[in-house]
Amino acid sequence: MLIKGGLLPALRMRVALFIPCYIDAIYPEAGIATYELLQRFGVEVDYPLHQTCCGQPMANEGDQANSAAAEKLFVENFSGYDYIVGPAGSCVKHVKQHFDAIPQTDEVKTVRANTWELVEFLHDVLRVKAFPWAYFRYKASLHNSCSAIRGLHIAQPSEHMAPYFNKSEHLLRMVEGLELVSLDRPDECCGFGGTFCVTDEAVSARMGLDRVHDYVRNEAEFIISPDMSCLMHQQGIARKAGIDLKFIHIAQVLNGGPF
Amino acid sequence: MAAKRVDPAANAAAFIDQDDIHEPAHDRNLWAARMKRDAAAKAIPEWEDLRTIASLIKEHTLTHLDKYLEQFEANAIKRGAKVYWARDAAEHNQHVWNILNERKISSIIKSKSMLQEECGMTQFLETRGITVTESDLGERIQQLDNQPPSHIVMPAIHKTAADIAQIFSKAIGTDPNNTDPHYLNEAMRQDARKRFLEAGAGMTGANFAIAETGTFVVCTNEGNADIGAAVPRVHIASIGIEKILPKVEDLGVFIRLLSRSALGTLATQYTSHFSGPRKGGELHIIITDNGRSKRLGMDDFWHSLKCIRCGACMNTCPVYRRSGGLSYGATYSGPIGIILDPTFDESKYSELPYHSTLCGSCTEVCPVKIDISDQILRWRKVMAEKKFLPISRRLAFSAAGKIFERPNLFHGAETAASAALKITPHFLLYNRALNPWGRHRELPHFAKQTFREWFIQNKQQNQEDKQQP
Repeated sequence: MLIKGGLLPALRMRVALFIPCYIDAIYPEAGIATYELLQRFGVEVDYPLHQTCCGQPMANEGDQANSAAAEKLFVENFSGYDYIVGPAGSCVKHVKQHFDAIPQTDEVKTVRANTWELVEFLHDVLRVKAFPWAYFRYKASLHNSCSAIRGLHIAQPSEHMAPYFNKSEHLLRMVEGLELVSLDRPDECCGFGGTFCVTDEAVSARMGLDRVHDYVRNEAEFIISPDMSCLMHQQGIARKAGIDLKFIHIAQVLNGGPF
Repeated sequence: MAAKRVDPAANAAAFIDQDDIHEPAHDRNLWAARMKRDAAAKAIPEWEDLRTIASLIKEHTLTHLDKYLEQFEANAIKRGAKVYWARDAAEHNQHVWNILNERKISSIIKSKSMLQEECGMTQFLETRGITVTESDLGERIQQLDNQPPSHIVMPAIHKTAADIAQIFSKAIGTDPNNTDPHYLNEAMRQDARKRFLEAGAGMTGANFAIAETGTFVVCTNEGNADIGAAVPRVHIASIGIEKILPKVEDLGVFIRLLSRSALGTLATQYTSHFSGPRKGGELHIIITDNGRSKRLGMDDFWHSLKCIRCGACMNTCPVYRRSGGLSYGATYSGPIGIILDPTFDESKYSELPYHSTLCGSCTEVCPVKIDISDQILRWRKVMAEKKFLPISRRLAFSAAGKIFERPNLFHGAETAASAALKITPHFLLYNRALNPWGRHRELPHFAKQTFREWFIQNKQQNQEDKQQP
């Protein structure tokens, strides 16, 4: 059997969709795009309905007691799948690397090892070679989150001396019409940082504003990211400063919508 | 009584809000240092291997510290140095005082030493009538302005030339309107000359101490440590126990890494080796612990002892660049400060680990591969366990923890949050005290339909059909 578009052989694997809480509530279109995109590649996707949050907000505060409950529920929801795919680098990084508020049973370890960020899943597991349905006629800039870069290694960090690679960029270059513009500080943190954005508001906002100005200087119209949380912060800053920039999840671009 | 807790977020806000000059210049200058560092690192094909080797040498040394310290002591004594051991700041300062007092020395000239800074040595000596002069230009600026250094390598980097012109005009009578760096530098150079000549003792720190030779190495760009060690008859060096390297050949690795990481230069202008006292002079070496042994015993944090004080983590840190080093209210600022300072006082520095986005760039630039970013997160766990979190934050997360563990509560709360946002008056959301999100940011719009609702409406039937046998 060949899947739609005939790009890949059918993949007989059990895949669960992990939609982080803020995507669920604020950016459902990023979740829909992810779901549809995976289906285009013939992946059968389950969405466990009882999922909530991976526990990252509490864990990043150092609050192990309160993150334990969320971690336990996450494992209950996602146990038994070959792949757990989430369109959010920082949440996936949390599951993979910092999910230690609960005892590390074999089940927990398996869930952690099977969890993938969307870009790396497309790039490394599905090994996607084309997005024939995608068309995006804009000048855009890529924002990989720090968790995705330095945590999940979906791109080479600029300060680490090794050959350049950037998986998100690699995928976006397959999209017809899209012109990627580079930035003065390509992988500088935007200052979101989870709770940091409210507890350290002045620094967070200044970092975000500097980031937004970098986009403007380099004439980007759209900002594309595998992490909507960074974009939520940057979008809020751009709107408050009256700067006209559009922010969009990478799944929407690769899937050709919904916009 | 417990020291007052430092609030780095509020201090940083004050640094940003003071004007439109200081924070942007600070960010720009340090980013330039990071760019120079990248270029210097890139020019060495084996850069990442060097980092690994340096890290391994430090790990080896730190796990055999007793042996190498005694070896260093024996060899330094053989070369004619007098060696003292100091368990803490008080003992360190007492040794210095005894040496000066016995020789009736009333003024000293010193080069940069973070250890002496840690020990509060200058203040200790000043209250005993000793005149202490910093000879590093940046440190001298900070001393005249009554401030501690804000950066390990560039102590006055948070100041502009105009700030310095004001300080020098009051201290040494320069023209307050002349902000030319060459003019200001030359004026201070002339002022420093006579102080070097008058000083009864020169004090230095050390970047590295070699066990097999009993030699220690001081790296500067101004040559000030060399004059301080060469002109007065007495040279006193403060050396932290973690500065030890086993062999001379190890030094090459670190010299290659240090200045490239710090400023993007190939080496410091002066890399001076001190092997015993010079003819007719005295050399006193104070080997100091001051909390390092305790840190060495901390499973999660002992790797921080590998630090060679290059400041690369500060230059790359996006939070530090916007905050200014004084915001950390501690001897060490920036990412390395966040993981070192709490070992001195957990309560006072309990907020520091939260002054980070955990972006991880510090870990990648560190020339000795300290996992700084991970240590910051681990310090948060320590602070949370010890209940140092502000109560408002603890309550919020305790509520969130309960909601996230119960799917039905969570999905109900989602609906409530989105409804609340629709009806909350604008002034509440944009009042800084009530909602820090809104001062510089518009709120995101909650979607009319969550992903979950969309899925249930459009796709759930398929999923259930599929799951039928």
